[in-house]
This record gives sequence, C-alpha cells and structure tokens, in this order.
Amino acid sequence: MPAEPPIEVPVRLSEAYSLLAGGPLVPIAGGTDIMVRITGELGPVPERMLDLSRLDELEGISLEDGSLALGARTTYTELRRSTLCREHAPALVEAAATIGAAQIQNRGTLGGNIANASPAGDTLPVLLAMDADIEVGGHRGERRVPAAGFFPGYRQTALAPDELILRIRIPLAAGRVTRFRKVGTRRAQAISKVVMAVSWRAHGPSAGWSDVRVALGSVAATPIRAAAAEAALEGARPSPETADAAAEALADELTPIDDVRSTGDYRRMVAARILHRIVRDAGGW
Amino acid sequence: MTTRTLPRPITAPERSAADALVVAPGGTTRGRARGYPLRREGPAKLTGAAKYADDLVFPGAWYGATIRSTQARAKLVAIELDPDLDWSKVVVVTAADIPGENLVAAIKEDQPVLVPVGGEIRHHAEPVALIAAPDRETIRRLRAGIRLVTEALPPVFDPERSDHVFAEYEVQNGDLEVGFGAAAHVVEGEYRVGHQEQLYIENNAMIAVPGEDGGMAVHGSLQCPYYVHRALRKTLGLTAGQARVVQAETGGGFGGKEEYPSIIALHAALLARKAGRPVRMIYDRHEDIAATTKRHPAIIRHRTAVAADGTLLAQDIEIVMDGGAYCTLTPVVLSRGALHSGGPYRCPNVRIRARATRTNTPPNGAFRGFGAPQVEFAVETHLNRIAERLGLSPAELRRRNAYELGDTTPTGQVLRESVAAQEVLRLAVEAGDFELLRSATARAAAERLGSGEVPGGPFRSGGARTAPGIGLAMGWHGAGFTGSGEVHIGSVASVELTADGRVRVLIASTEMGQGTTTIFPLMVSGELGLPAQAVEMAPVDTAIVPDSGPTVASRTAMVVGGLCIEAARRLRAEVEARNDGRPFAEVYLADAAAHGPTRIDQRFEPYPDIDFDDTTYQGDAYPAFGWAACVATVDVDLDTGEVAVRDVVAVDDVGRVIHPILCEGQVEGGTLQAVGYATIEEIKLQDGRYLNDRLATYLIPTALDAPRLRTILVEAPFSGAPHGAKGVGELPMDVGAPAVVAAIHDAVGVWITELPATPERILAALEGPRGTQEPAA
Ligand SMILES: Cc1cc2nc3c(=O)[nH]c(=O)nc-3n(C[C@H](O)[C@H](O)[C@H](O)COP(=O)(O)OP(=O)(O)OC[C@H]3O[C@@H](n4cnc5c(N)ncnc54)[C@H](O)[C@@H]3O)c2cc1C
Repeated sequence: MPAEPPIEVPVRLSEAYSLLAGGPLVPIAGGTDIMVRITGELGPVPERMLDLSRLDELEGISLEDGSLALGARTTYTELRRSTLCREHAPALVEAAATIGAAQIQNRGTLGGNIANASPAGDTLPVLLAMDADIEVGGHRGERRVPAAGFFPGYRQTALAPDELILRIRIPLAAGRVTRFRKVGTRRAQAISKVVMAVSWRAHGPSAGWSDVRVALGSVAATPIRAAAAEAALEGARPSPETADAAAEALADELTPIDDVRSTGDYRRMVAARILHRIVRDAGGW
Repeated sequence: MTTRTLPRPITAPERSAADALVVAPGGTTRGRARGYPLRREGPAKLTGAAKYADDLVFPGAWYGATIRSTQARAKLVAIELDPDLDWSKVVVVTAADIPGENLVAAIKEDQPVLVPVGGEIRHHAEPVALIAAPDRETIRRLRAGIRLVTEALPPVFDPERSDHVFAEYEVQNGDLEVGFGAAAHVVEGEYRVGHQEQLYIENNAMIAVPGEDGGMAVHGSLQCPYYVHRALRKTLGLTAGQARVVQAETGGGFGGKEEYPSIIALHAALLARKAGRPVRMIYDRHEDIAATTKRHPAIIRHRTAVAADGTLLAQDIEIVMDGGAYCTLTPVVLSRGALHSGGPYRCPNVRIRARATRTNTPPNGAFRGFGAPQVEFAVETHLNRIAERLGLSPAELRRRNAYELGDTTPTGQVLRESVAAQEVLRLAVEAGDFELLRSATARAAAERLGSGEVPGGPFRSGGARTAPGIGLAMGWHGAGFTGSGEVHIGSVASVELTADGRVRVLIASTEMGQGTTTIFPLMVSGELGLPAQAVEMAPVDTAIVPDSGPTVASRTAMVVGGLCIEAARRLRAEVEARNDGRPFAEVYLADAAAHGPTRIDQRFEPYPDIDFDDTTYQGDAYPAFGWAACVATVDVDLDTGEVAVRDVVAVDDVGRVIHPILCEGQVEGGTLQAVGYATIEEIKLQDGRYLNDRLATYLIPTALDAPRLRTILVEAPFSGAPHGAKGVGELPMDVGAPAVVAAIHDAVGVWITELPATPERILAALEGPRGTQEPAA
C-alpha cells in the first residue's frame, strides 16, 4: 500500500472552504467508499485529503422551513434511529437499512453516498423521488441543487472541486407517499441490481395521483427519473390498468446493461414488475 | 424410534442452542454433545493470539509479488525491464532462475512454476515473473516497469471443443440395450454447473526462509505439508532434509489450499533464494480469487430408462469437465465425479463416460466434494424430473431405487456393509415433513393458478408475492481416497510417549478450522484412558511429523484417525506389558521416566477385501460410502425470482460421530456452501478472465441468507476403521444444491438445469414458454 496521503482536519466550515480554495483536496467522511480506493489498485490514490469529521456544521437532523434537513455527515445508523426521519422520510430509512451491513451503516454517510455518485447508490432514487435539494457550499458561497439535476453523468456530480455537500433538504409535502424497493444478490452486503423509489400525492382514497415520481438506480449510468412511467401514473388512480400501463411504459423507457451483477433484461423486467407491485399494493387489489 | 431432538429443560438456559442429534440405524438418539471438549485452537483464534502466516515476523524479510499474464493464451516473446527504473534494490525472478525443474509437482506435471520466455501463456493471471523488495511501495512502483512481450494465440474456452484431454474414463455394467429395450419411459436431460470459489477466510500466504545449508523452510497456510515439501525438492533441487514445511495457523481451505500452495511456496522460495533473505508472499483477496483454483465447471448428460413403477433400468451418463489450463488434480476429480454420477441407486445397466479437457482459463482444482457435487446435482435433478414424469413422489421414487445392503454399484462393487441410504432418506423425509409440506405447496400453487391472474401481462406477477416450495435430494460420498489411492500413499501416523511423560500425536494432517487438533486427542486419549487434554498435538512441521498424507478427501478422521487409534492401542499394550498389565493411565509417567520415550509409527495397511482395478475401473471404488439426504424449503419471490432458502434438514451418515458439535458444524457449513452453489455463487468470465474476482462481486450467502439448518447424524460404522468413521467434510456439500433446485421447481414449476439458479435464470425460465429451460425429453 502506498504511503497514506496527507490529510487536513479543519474544525470550522470557513477553514474547510479556504483549504479547498487552495487546491484539490478529496473530502473523506465515513471513508467507506474512499478507503476502498486507498490501495491504489482501483485507480489513482487521492494526493491530499480533507477530513470532515470535525465539521459540526455538516451534522444534525432537523425540520426547517417546511423541509427535513439532514447534515451531509448523517450516517445510516443515525438515519435509522431518527424519529424525524421515520416520520417524514420513512423510505429513506428503509433505504438506509439495506445499505451494506451494520459496520457500513455506522460509518457511511448520506453526503458520501451522494458525492460518490454511484448509479447504484441506494439513497439516491429516494432523494430524486422526494424532490430533495442538495445544499452545497465553498469559498464562493452556498447554493442549492435539485437532486434530479445533481448527477449529470456517470459518477459525475454538480459539485465543483472546491465545494462540499452541506446538507440535504427534503421538502415536506402533505399527502405524499414514498415507496422503496431494492433488489440485490443477497440480503445484506449487496450492491443493487435494481433499486427504486416511487412517490406520489393523493388527496383522498378515490382521488388520482399527483406529483408522481419514479426514480431508479442501477439501470442507467446515473440515478434517473422515469418520465414515461411518471406520465402514465400522473393523474391516474392505482387501478390494474394504470399499473399495467406504467409498468409497460417503464420497461419501454429503460435500457439497462448487462454487467457483472445482472443482465439488462432482468433489470428491465424486474423494474417494471416492482413498479407494478407498488401500484398494486397502493390500490389494494 | 424418535427422530426429533431431545426435549430440553426450559428452566436451565443451555449454552448450546440446538440439540445435535445422533441416530444409529435402528437405534435410538444419543442426544447432545455435553462433555465434549471445546475446539482446541478456538481460544487463540478468538483472542487474536493465533498466528496466521501474515502474522509471522521474520526479521529482514522482503515482500514478494507475482507478475501475471493478462491474456488467456499467448507466446511469451520477452520479459523487459524498464531501463529508466532502478532495479538494483529489488530482485526479479524469471524461469531462467529456477535451479531444478520448471514444473509444479503434480499428477501430470504440465504446469510451469513460471512461464519461460519462448513458452506459452495458457491462462489469464498465469505467473510469469516474480519481484521482491524491502517494502510494498517499491514493488508497486517497479512492477509496472516489467513488460511482457507476447504474441496472442487463439484461446479455447469451450471444454467440448478442446482437443486436449486430461483424463477419460468409462465405467460399464450390464447392457444398456437391454435396459432401454424394457423401458416404459426414457428421460433425457442436460445439466450444467459453473465455477465455484472456495473462499476461505484467510487468503493464501507463504513465507520462505533460506537456510545456511542451502536449504529452504516455508511457513504458510496450507492443507498438505508434504505436497509442498515435494514441490520444493523438485523445483529447487533440494534433498528431503534441506526442504522444510511448517504450517501456520490456517484460516480455512476447502480444497483451495490443497495443490495451489505449492506454487506460492515455490515462488516465495525462488525469490528468497535469489534475495538471500526471507520473502513473504501474501495474496490479497483479488489476487487469490483471480489466480487460484476453483471447482470444475461441468456439463452432464443423462439418458435414463425407467420401468412403469419407477425402477431404474438403465443409466447412460456423459460427463465433460473443464479442467482449465493445467491438469492439477483434474484426473482424480473427474474419477470421483464419474464414480458418483449414477447417484446412490441400484441400476442393472449403466454406462458412464467421463472426460476432462483443457481450456484457457485458470486451472481448476480441489474443492470440497471433489467432482461429486457437480454430478450429484445432475443425477438428483434428473431423478426429480423422472418422478415428475411418472407422477411419483420424489421420496417414493428414491425409496424404490436407493441402495440396500448387498446391492452392486456400476463398478461391480458389492455393498457389503455400512449402507444407510434408505435410513437417511427416511429420516430426512420424516424430519422435513416432506410429504405434508409438499401437498401444502401444491395447494398454494393451485390457489395461485385458481386466482386467474398469473401471469397477466408481461410485468404482472399476480396476487401472491412469493411461492413456497420444498425439495428433496439424496447422495453418497465415497469415503477416503478413490480406488487404490490410500495404498499408493502408504501414510504413517505416530503416537509417542515422550521421555518427560507427555503423550503426543504426530501427523501431517492439518487443522484449518474443521477440528483436527480437537478430535485427535479425543480419539487417542480414549484408547489410553486419559483425559483429552492430556494428549498433545505435535506442530505440523515436516521436520517433526511423519507423512500422514494430505488433509483431503474427508480422510483425516477416518484414515489417519484410524492409524492413531491403532498406534495408541499398540502404545498402551506395550507400556502396560512392561508394567505388569496395570492400566496405562496409572503407569505411563513412571514408565516414561524409567524407559525413556516410546514412539509407535503406524503405517496404513490396505483394508481387507477392498480391491479396485484402476485400469478397468472395476471393483471396490471406495472402502465405504457416506450417505446423505436433504430436504430444503424455499420461498421464491414472484416479482423478482429471488430465492430465500428457509429451512434445510440435512441427514448425514458419517459412520461414527467423534465430536457431535464439530460434526454438526461440518454438516451446517457444507450445507450452506451448497446453498450458495445452488443460488448465487457464480464466476463470470470474459475472454478467459474472471470478471467478479473480488469480494464485492463474488458473493456467498451472509448470515441473513442462511436457512434454518437442522442436522441429523446417522452412524452406520465402517468395519475397516477401528472407530468406524467414514468422514464428514464433503458429504453435506453433495446434496444441498439439488434439494434447493427441486424446491424452486416445486414453488414455480420450472426446472433450472444450470447452476447457480439465479433470479435471472428463474425469471427467464418463467417468462419463456414453459419448460424452455428443460432439455427436450
Ligand atoms: C462493504 C460495503 C458495502 C456497501 N454497501 C452499499 C450499499 O448497499 N448501498 C450503497 O448505496 N452503498 C454501499 N456502499 C458504499 C458506501 O458505503 C456509501 O456510498 C456511503 O454512503 C459512502 O459514505 P462515506 O461517508 O463513507 O463516504 P466517503 O468514503 O467518506 O466518501 C465518498 C465520496 O464522497 C466524497 N464526500 C464525502 N462527503 C462529502 C461531502 N460532504 N462533500 C463533498 N464530498 C464528499 C468523498 O470525497 C468521496 O469521493 C458500501 C460500501 C462498502 C465498503
């Protein structure tokens, strides 16, 4: 293993910003992604690193201005234990519970999952489905980027090299329901073959769905929203016909690939089937 | 006779969770393992005191690394070192540095230790050169400066297209034409299985330490010290005394440390020799999975003649195994595969044709089960399909055909004793509630169909989320080496009363987590009338222990254990004789003081009346067989095809249970490894390279994926061994996979004929026209 890269340990966000302004630094939060790369075997080793562990500004879960705000350093274990999250973002709690196993959940963070930008990142479809905003900042100031626009390409993010993810804001929406489903090879320590989050709002049992979001991971180069499936569900009620139409629309719009974990055909079919199941469960037929 | 676990008092919390159950055929349960010693190496492992190879410190040692091919097949034209780099502080070894033969000692001796310039690279990740340096960073920097100049050659990946045959066997009994002529049904099937990785917890690791006398000591993680010893002598041109092999604590083997450690030891030794200092060769997981041996993939075809009542009339079986690029142990794996391929069933007319060929993938080798899990998956699945065709219960079909005392196997072996096939079948069917649950799963399937919405449209999987299924399989496993292997090896095991009054067992059989160092004191102390803790195990060091043979073929408890029991009996007789017949336990301390050390070397003697002809493949293929049956229940997710294995009842006849908890552990571990083989364990290849050569991508079951496991141990002793043991290591690996695949069929109605039965394959089979996964019958 190569020598450990030098590491900066700022104690204030402003200090972190000026360090980042001074040249490229690779942030480390829980380290569960970055430490896999540290051997140099899987690509270049970071030359200098920025430890986020002292930055209190990146911590905490709270309700602010009509949204649930989660610090970037929130771990999966914290998420699972948070009553606020369980109440306002149960699908995110469900996603957190499927990540790795206990050790990874103790260290891995939401900010890390986002910045790592893996197409298989399990929280990402939930963030997309819930219209989350990613709040980022640097020495030039702070800004908000919608989750749906945060992943421009394969393993790319909207972050500038001198920016950090600060927090994630999930707007609270009355009557919103979000469902999550992950399909992996085994029941723990599995990277998704397909991961899906679906959310909608319904005002009363007989009303149609509005603000429908269908978001998926592991079926494209980035986490995506499925526009055709969303259109098939928008304004409709969760009937068998709607479920069929949405599933078919989803299957038509997805072009997943074969890789070491699964096949494109399987991903397409299973994505459609779990969407069908989610609609069916909602319809109660 | 009861087959349930003994009731436990509710008040006193027991340390052990489940009751191990031991049943003698026709006898009663023997109950729990209370009073048996804990694992002897356990405390050191739990506290971190145990020294695995990578924990051993040798002052001044360098690190070694292997430069490997990145092509499946090529001519090696040159090895070039980047002239801009400083090579003076490292050593680089190529084939030109090998003092002895550039061959890894094995059956065929076709595998070079390093591919020589001008020679042929035969597989991806093949060792071509070696480098050692004082630190890993230097290696990392410099290894990139070693360039292999090659000319690509066309590779062969399909074992059926390969014209290089490693081994070929034909077993014949009776007359196929007679059998097929009388058939009410003829059922055909083709079955395929892929690679499986042993995935021991500790990666391969070897440290070579050069001696003053030109000798070489190797410390490492290994199953077979004398295999490595022989390899060192041959390749380094050492005398027996100059080569020394010491086993470090070994974190699992499963066959993966049977032959491959010889290569790593040679690499470390060549570097150590050139560097003039110890060299550590410690694989990381990626290298270990990418380069070392796997279970042989195989294609198995069955054509079977059956009478109207289900009686087997003829079996025509063809086996093709993929040996990979070098022969390794392939002929022996194939031989065991051929001999087990008919399953534990009486059949008067049998033809078994088996061949193993060379392909340009990393060599395949030993793995728990050694050829049997592949063929038993095939024959058991085939039998379940025959039962379906006949409308018979899979249990009933087996009852009508399973071996009984006096039956004859395809090699003409008459089963004269120790036949528990019917017993294990009955126990598994009873304890697994097979018939009852089978009617329940059939009802569930009927209700799903009756609901009228399965499948409605391509993406609709209907009302039910999951489908329950139950499956049955049985199997047999020849105890110890095939044929005359044991006679050829002529193992020696020793028991010694030392001058200072200690009793020691000297064997080269290794502890790798399965319990060798716990059961040997148990066996020997029992003969001497001493407590188990009074018996020591000598360190596994070729300078100290005799060659008791390799730790393979489930032969350790059976064969080496038998030798130690005989040695202990002789020791006891000798000591008691010179002490007026007083019991050994009372006199041994005084005897040692008065007479000095007494050591008994016990050499293997052929089992009486066991005779096999290696040329005609007729006779007693094994001295005895272990018998097993397994009932598995699963839930198949109807949306995704995911399989959850819920419960497995494993019934195994091991001859004699020496330590119930360790024995149960072998059954549980083997069964879980079989569940992984059945459901998720898969190597994916591209141009001869393993694509999923990391723990992130080669997945095995986690604790959450493990079913509830219930073990029933049966004792049908083998008279040739003084204690009756037949071995337990491999038997459970043979039966789990076909039971799970049968359960999947019971749940969703498709036969998955290629392992693993992944959700991808299950959904494809469900979505295709029914039965497309099935070969035409
Ligand atoms: C065994 C194992 C199992 C896993 N299983 C899963 C799984 O099931 N599902 C899943 O989605 N993932 C899984 N992962 C991946 C990983 O755990 C998650 O992506 C995790 O959320 C990463 O968070 P971290 O804090 O550990 O990130 P780190 O490793 O610290 O960082 C990851 C990346 O994000 C950057 N980064 C971190 N925080 C910030 C920030 N605040 N601002 C800007 N950049 C930042 C880092 O520079 C780095 O590039 C697994 C990993 C392992 C090792």
